[in-house]
Amino acid sequence: MTATPYLRLSNVVKSFGAFQALKGVSLDIGRGEFVCFLGPSGCGKTTLLRIIAGLDPQTAGTVEIAGRDVSRLPPSARDYGIVFQSYALFPNLTVARNIAYGLKLKRKAEEERVRDLLALIGLPDIGAKFPSQLSGGQQQRVALARALAPSPGLLLLDEPLSALDAQVRLHLRRQIRELHDRLGITTIMVTHDQEEALTMADRIVVMNHGDIVQTGTPGAVYREPATPFIADFVGTMNFLKGTVDETGRIRLGSIHLHSARPLTPGADVTVCVRPEDVVIHRPGPVNTIDMRIDAMEFLGPFHRVRLTADGFGPQPLTADFSANLVRDHRLATGDRLPVTLPAEHLRIYPAA
Amino acid sequence: MTANALPLRMKRTGDALALDGALVLLGLFLAVFIVLPLAMVALYSVYDRNDAFVGLANYAAFLDTPSLAHSIGNSLTMALVSTAITTVLAFTYAFAITRTAMPGKGVFKALAQIPILAPSLLPGISLVYLFGNQGPLRVLLMGESIYGPIGIVLGEVFYTFPHALMILTVALSTADARLYEAAESLGAGPLRRFFTITLPGARYGLISAVFVVFTLVITDFGVPKVVGGQYNVLATDVYKQVVGQQNFGMGAVVGMVLLLPAVLAFAADWIGQRKQTALLSARSVPYVPPRRPWCDRVMFALCVVIAALLVGILGTAAFASLIRYWPYDLTPTLAHYAFAEVDETGWRSYGNSLILAGLTAVAGTLIVFAGAYLVERGPAHTGIKAAVRLLAIVPLAVPGMVLGLAYIFFFNHPGNPLNALYGTMGILVLATVVHFYTVSHLTAATALKQLDAEFESVSASLKVPVWRTFFRVTVPLCLPAILDIALYFFVNAMTTVSAVVFLYAPDTKTASVAVLNMDDAGEIAGAAAMAMMIVITSAAVRLLHTGLSHGLSQRTQTWRKR
Repeated sequence: MTATPYLRLSNVVKSFGAFQALKGVSLDIGRGEFVCFLGPSGCGKTTLLRIIAGLDPQTAGTVEIAGRDVSRLPPSARDYGIVFQSYALFPNLTVARNIAYGLKLKRKAEEERVRDLLALIGLPDIGAKFPSQLSGGQQQRVALARALAPSPGLLLLDEPLSALDAQVRLHLRRQIRELHDRLGITTIMVTHDQEEALTMADRIVVMNHGDIVQTGTPGAVYREPATPFIADFVGTMNFLKGTVDETGRIRLGSIHLHSARPLTPGADVTVCVRPEDVVIHRPGPVNTIDMRIDAMEFLGPFHRVRLTADGFGPQPLTADFSANLVRDHRLATGDRLPVTLPAEHLRIYPAA
Repeated sequence: MTANALPLRMKRTGDALALDGALVLLGLFLAVFIVLPLAMVALYSVYDRNDAFVGLANYAAFLDTPSLAHSIGNSLTMALVSTAITTVLAFTYAFAITRTAMPGKGVFKALAQIPILAPSLLPGISLVYLFGNQGPLRVLLMGESIYGPIGIVLGEVFYTFPHALMILTVALSTADARLYEAAESLGAGPLRRFFTITLPGARYGLISAVFVVFTLVITDFGVPKVVGGQYNVLATDVYKQVVGQQNFGMGAVVGMVLLLPAVLAFAADWIGQRKQTALLSARSVPYVPPRRPWCDRVMFALCVVIAALLVGILGTAAFASLIRYWPYDLTPTLAHYAFAEVDETGWRSYGNSLILAGLTAVAGTLIVFAGAYLVERGPAHTGIKAAVRLLAIVPLAVPGMVLGLAYIFFFNHPGNPLNALYGTMGILVLATVVHFYTVSHLTAATALKQLDAEFESVSASLKVPVWRTFFRVTVPLCLPAILDIALYFFVNAMTTVSAVVFLYAPDTKTASVAVLNMDDAGEIAGAAAMAMMIVITSAAVRLLHTGLSHGLSQRTQTWRKR
């Protein structure tokens, strides 16, 4: 990165007694970036966010915001706004008072700022209401406005959508992203929902066991997961166990697969392929197997199909076939069909 | 980047430093006014009258004195019998209020609060009027005397009833209707449903009620003092040893013995409560009692009887205080309220009680709420917080008599720089605040824990000082709990006898102590009149509290409405 990063974490460690919640995390985040910390619960993503916020002290390591070392500064001396899963709105204050809570302006200017923010979150008329009179999604938008009111340089979102209904969640996803694009504010969002991370982030930081396991754009994390864990955590994945033979091909049972990359003969490997990358026979002899449809699950726009073949080993193969494809080929349970696992879509990891 | 050898320490803001300081102060307060005085009791129990160390000689003497050792058995008997009766009555009453469709539940609930408003001396006085030598109901005792075990049990049942009722009402009011529907659909009859759902669901409440009543009875001083007669119990022994014979060493020994059952009961209750995981999940469907004409009628009749007994006891004292000479001359008079005629402190003691109750309510509420705030919402210092939490629980296990004794030993010690407090109103306020600290602390802590965990984090991120959020958000949100705490302190300060009886000076004598003194001097009508003044005051403050709470929810708690 050429420009200095807006946020720089260097070797951040957090220990609780003998347990290391963060094992030396280093990360740069550029100005205006939208970054998601993604990982299963207990991976350290919220701990990391709270350290950035200064709400919990790190055991070791430094946090720099806008070129300033804030590692030892209390929250009030850092520059950020934060939104929590629980909203944390003050129930005895009106929406307007909540939003104005962190403002130190003259009355007139304050009113104007609150009005602008209410317009920004698309709820212009609710200033006089109390939080309990609003829906969950509305409350979370007010919390967002409150965090943005003092125009902080950094916005921290701690699972902001987890407490909401699915419909509201989808809507708010888009709204938060649009808000970010409009204001250009550097944003970090913690989530355990991979779909949320994929749709909202410029860059995803995947965490596991207190460490960063991959950083990359949503596309890169999805298409080229660095480890089987990520492959499993982000999206759906087939895991096939095999061995590399002396010709460099992968042997699964009695079937041989070609890889796009050279492999060490004799190695035990895990072959990963996404269900949507499995296709019905394509011209060319490579990686095509005769398989039988064991089960079909209708999921609206596509069917999730379970395929098996003699000599393929005990593991079934999951494939997603579009509704059109299923209709055109009149596929049904029990049918046999040639299936191709394209070599360029295979991810191959050393077996654990 | 060099590796940090030492853990990183955050720079602390002025706010955080002030909160840390306050937390340490609170810890010191509790240590100085709870731990040190109690340690003095333990210390005194191994010294003789001449301040010579005698090891366990006092304990041996205690066990060798038949009358004293006998008191242990008496205390246990009284506690067991009273606990059994109170628990059954309170369970019946609580069941009627929570699980039937009988009419007048609100009235019954209110009437059940009567005993709380009175000092525990009042039931004794009323019992003497009803069953004493000139008592109109004396024949009911069939030759037995009210002075002794019968009187003690009756008085203690009256005194402990609302405490057991409160616990059991809570335990019985949380029921999941789905369990009853499931049982009914499986063909379980009402009796089976009671024994398989209702009773098990309330078992922790029952255990808790049993322990609370047991502890209250064994440590109560008021009832046995008035109607105990020659039947000695531990609580009156302490009083006799210390006030009567000035034998502090022996008083300390009895105090230590008195501490034992309370600590045991308290420990058992604590363990029971920890096991009580949420019986009621968020998805539970609240139980609405159906109409069952027979059951409702029987329960209503039982409630009428119990409530009538409570009203009767209070009414007897009220009536006797307003007539010339019980039971022979029923001419109405206010003569018994001219306290100066029979007690040298006169109305002053009532004024003292008002001052004590007022100061206790103000100081106690401030200390308890600020303390609970520091513990529940202050910056993290798990060590100190855990210590303060533990200290805040201790007073619950310390009987008032023992606390009073501890304060004598501690503050009357010539070497204590706080010695100047001895004999002032200040020490009475301190003792009363500490005596009733635990329940108030738990009330405040519960209210504070219900607030969103991230309020302080949000405020910090918005660069708003801690105190501003405290006054603008925390206090307004907790106002109902704060009022409850103030009421609790006030009423208890009005009625308490046990701790203050050791600590009052002639010019700080309280109304409750005046009741005791007048009763001692045979001026029962005066004692009844003063007890009635306490009841009237407590009731008035309680009404005021209800009015305030109501007005509050109308005006400032608009946010609670949807």
